[in-house]
Amino acid sequence: MNFETTIGLEVHVELKTKTKMFSPSPVAYGAEANVNTNVIDWGFPGVLPSVNHEAYRLGIMVALALHAEVTKETHFDRKNYFYPDNPKAYQITQFEQPLARNGWLEIEVNGVKKKIGIEEMHVEEDAGKNTHGDDGYSYVDLNRQGTPLIEIVSKADMNSPEEAYAYLEQLRKTIQFTGASDVKMEEGSMRVDTNISIRPIGADKLGTKAELKNLNSFNHVRLGLAYEEKRQAEVLMSGGQIRPETRRFDEASGETILMRVKEGSDDYRYFPEPDLPPFSISDDWINEIAGQIPEMPEKRRARYVNELGIPEYDAGILTDTKEMSDFFEEAITDGADPKLASNWLMGEVNAYLNANKLDLAQTQLTPANLATMIQLIKDGTISSKIAKKVFQETIKKGTEPKAWVESKGLVQESDPTVLTPIITAILDDNQQSIEDFKNGKDRAVGFLVGQIMKQTHGKANPKVVNQILMGELNKR
Amino acid sequence: MISKDQVAHVAELARLSFTDAELEHFTTQLDQIIAMEHALAEVPTDGVAPTTQLTDTENVFRADVPVTDGPSRDELLQNVPESKDGLIKVPSIIDKGEADA
Amino acid sequence: MNFLETDLHSLHQQLVNHELTAVDLVKDTMSAIDEHEPQLNAFITTNQKKALAAAEKIDAEGIAEDNLLAGIPVAYKDNIVTKGVRTTAASHMLDNFNPVYDATIVEKLEQAGTIDIGKTNMDEFAMGSSTESSFFKPTHNPWDLSRVPGGSSGGSAAAVAAGEVFAAFGSDTGGSIRQPSAYNGIFGIKPTYGRVSRWGLIAFGSSFDQLGVMTRRVKDAAPFLTVMSGHDAKDSTSSQRPVPDFSQFIGQDIKGLKIAVPDEFFGKGIADDVKAQVEKGIQQLVEQGAIVDHVQLPHTKYAVPAYYVLASSEASSNLQRFDGIRYGFRAEDVKNLKDVYVRTRSEGFGPEVKRRIMLGTFALSSGYYDAYFNKAAKVRTLIKQDFEEILKTHDLIVGPTAPDTAFKIGANVSDPITLYMKDILTISANMAGVPAASVPAGFNAAGLPIGMQMIAKRFDEGTIFRAASAFEEMNQYYLEKPSFKGGNA
Ligand SMILES: [Mg+2]
Ligand SMILES: [Zn+2]
Repeated sequence: MNFETTIGLEVHVELKTKTKMFSPSPVAYGAEANVNTNVIDWGFPGVLPSVNHEAYRLGIMVALALHAEVTKETHFDRKNYFYPDNPKAYQITQFEQPLARNGWLEIEVNGVKKKIGIEEMHVEEDAGKNTHGDDGYSYVDLNRQGTPLIEIVSKADMNSPEEAYAYLEQLRKTIQFTGASDVKMEEGSMRVDTNISIRPIGADKLGTKAELKNLNSFNHVRLGLAYEEKRQAEVLMSGGQIRPETRRFDEASGETILMRVKEGSDDYRYFPEPDLPPFSISDDWINEIAGQIPEMPEKRRARYVNELGIPEYDAGILTDTKEMSDFFEEAITDGADPKLASNWLMGEVNAYLNANKLDLAQTQLTPANLATMIQLIKDGTISSKIAKKVFQETIKKGTEPKAWVESKGLVQESDPTVLTPIITAILDDNQQSIEDFKNGKDRAVGFLVGQIMKQTHGKANPKVVNQILMGELNKR
Repeated sequence: MISKDQVAHVAELARLSFTDAELEHFTTQLDQIIAMEHALAEVPTDGVAPTTQLTDTENVFRADVPVTDGPSRDELLQNVPESKDGLIKVPSIIDKGEADA
Repeated sequence: MNFLETDLHSLHQQLVNHELTAVDLVKDTMSAIDEHEPQLNAFITTNQKKALAAAEKIDAEGIAEDNLLAGIPVAYKDNIVTKGVRTTAASHMLDNFNPVYDATIVEKLEQAGTIDIGKTNMDEFAMGSSTESSFFKPTHNPWDLSRVPGGSSGGSAAAVAAGEVFAAFGSDTGGSIRQPSAYNGIFGIKPTYGRVSRWGLIAFGSSFDQLGVMTRRVKDAAPFLTVMSGHDAKDSTSSQRPVPDFSQFIGQDIKGLKIAVPDEFFGKGIADDVKAQVEKGIQQLVEQGAIVDHVQLPHTKYAVPAYYVLASSEASSNLQRFDGIRYGFRAEDVKNLKDVYVRTRSEGFGPEVKRRIMLGTFALSSGYYDAYFNKAAKVRTLIKQDFEEILKTHDLIVGPTAPDTAFKIGANVSDPITLYMKDILTISANMAGVPAASVPAGFNAAGLPIGMQMIAKRFDEGTIFRAASAFEEMNQYYLEKPSFKGGNA
């Protein structure tokens, strides 16, 4: 029997604000336990929420970037459940009238493009954090309580783990380009829950779905879903039935593990939040926010190809993260040749970041220094070999390339009146090589260039050397 | 007619427990109260929008400016039955998970 | 000095003239409390030290001519949080709770110089009409000690009626200021929903709750309400409208005032003596030039069931935070998290609170939401429209506040529905969010006070003060003093 897979994703993204969704306490990471909390975050008797304007603005911005329709008449709702990291025992969220509906993203897998629908998205508050001691106690830190979130619920439009992966990549990228969130799974600013079911090809009813949680990376999402596809198929093939259950991905074994079987649906007793007045979102505000959305990656990519002459593939990589794309554009503004800047970022810079597991922002490299370095190469001041040294210096220490090259005497020698006597002397000492050259052995040129470079400690401009050398050889 | 089982289910949702006798008593009382509620069914409400709040305003937002002059962490912790190193201490969470956000 | 004899202006004048000090007032208050508390149980907590310190400070600074409230002793219902002063909502759940912030009204009133004497008894979490569901003790009615003071703000009402404090603050979710005011022969006003910030009021039914003030005389309540009112950024539902000085309405005549008298407020279940006394009062208003129409509020009989579903639903959610984790009571010897929740809540809440949590949880639960919560919310719309319709053509709706006078302690505790039906006259104003007050309207043959209810358009508390003060001038029922007799306290 052959099966087809149906996948839907629920993604939570933390919005980048200074204060919490419903309280004015600061949003900050890595602080001491319960330091960034106030009476509202604690759910003290008598406290009331108030809505963060910036969080709602960023929510609308994300919605627009995801091509969704912003809900004009809306309100908040309460979702009731008891948990120690949920101090009021209800989460303020949007249920009846979410922030926006009917969005979509386009993905590409193996050259095939596909639109993935987004059912709805809503803004809400994050929970605090529980840690579990070995002493039979759990410990609650409410610093994260109330951090603004946007939850994005896809349609069950994905049919393979690869499509889910591509959707997440595209979602992350799009949101990142709005600037509304850092969207980093490893830091928890993006969290993914998945639903997956399979059914025999041709069946008109969807199969029972399993929920997959606690996924720490896009790769785990892909691996977990792939494992689930296989597990569910095996269950069905052996005559079994899929139970509605919540499973987690186990990194070590690469398997998914049962967390709990869902008994009936959870009863969250949603109802409209009486403590917050309703919202009537105006077209003016929506248009204003639309005008504030930074240029999205697809647009940037097309511009790089069409206006800057960057190859399609390279333009794709440059627009993979907003950080890289912004860096690239700034380097160009600072005078860098676009093609050279692109080559450097894709080559040396990416290699350095990967080798050291760093983000661009964690290095000392600035767009201005990259632009200067590229200019030094372009005008022949330094050789590409020296450039690698300059690069290491400026990315590690933030050193200004021009001044450093000069102070270290690394400027390339391009003056023919200096280079010609050196070259003729070397030719005089290497008659055999001249013979070889005359006999059509091209290897001889490489050997002679090597000698010249050795003599000049690598500072000779290879282009100029080549010119003079060929002239001198032909004279002999 | 609400059943004892239904009442027990509602108690579970509300994190309340009752002895069997209490449950019996509560079921009778709740049943009477719910019977009183059935009067609502006779009111025609087709096309009537629900009223869930009475504020005279809409679009009330707060500017995204941190306020940090409230009670300190120590003050916030002063009513906690048990705490440790600035954390709120609670007897173990059995499934050791995180709540849904 | 005795608060039973004096009005706010003469007290203020004596303070300004140094014939009296704020410290004197606190001492008088404390001796009145010493005298009456053994019989009344109006207070859960008193804080003589804090009150004396505040009074000394006021005396040292001197009292300005235009600062009417400076040095005046007041009390807060114990569901209004007061920083550093135990706040319990009359529940075992919070009997050790020490708030770390002040309610907005506490801040505003302290700013105006009032002296906080203590926290008054109430029905647990404001759920009740008799103050008998208090975890601590029932409060007794100073007019007949064997009777309830009404509720849920019964402690505040009894304390004011007995002259223990000059003014007291309460909350009104379904009549909890007005009904005890009626039972105690005092004036109590529940302003428009949104008029007063709810920040620091321990929530019961968030879309119903309003804070208000209770005094023996109508005119004395006006300056307190003026100070309490106004927009508060901490309460997004509080109104941005400007607040008038409510004192300006005191003493205005009521010629041409259009009064609606709903038939439903004089129907079955309303005691004859109450009807007769309120009808007499309405006749007096007519004599002063008011024009009376008899009208219908056809959805009145649905107000009680709709209210109990909606307010209990909100309460079931609002009271979930009482879970034994961050503050308040935690059950002993709890083994795991589930135990913390279930045992804390089962031991910490009293039966009436549990009943409402159960009803509300049921009404919101899967499969029942539409038939209960949503249906009741639609009926609420109709009730609201009834009021809007009548108040388009009338300035005031007038009728009795409560269907009866204060009943005997213990008479109704076992029968929730009978008790719920007693709210029938007050609940509608909370359903519609309109301002409403109970004005002293005389006594029945047994000497028990009767209240007349006045309901106005949203944000038109002024008309209530205008009509109520005119009515007060005609009758001066405040000259009567409670007997402190009857029963065994
Ligand atoms: Mg969800
Ligand atoms: Zn969520």
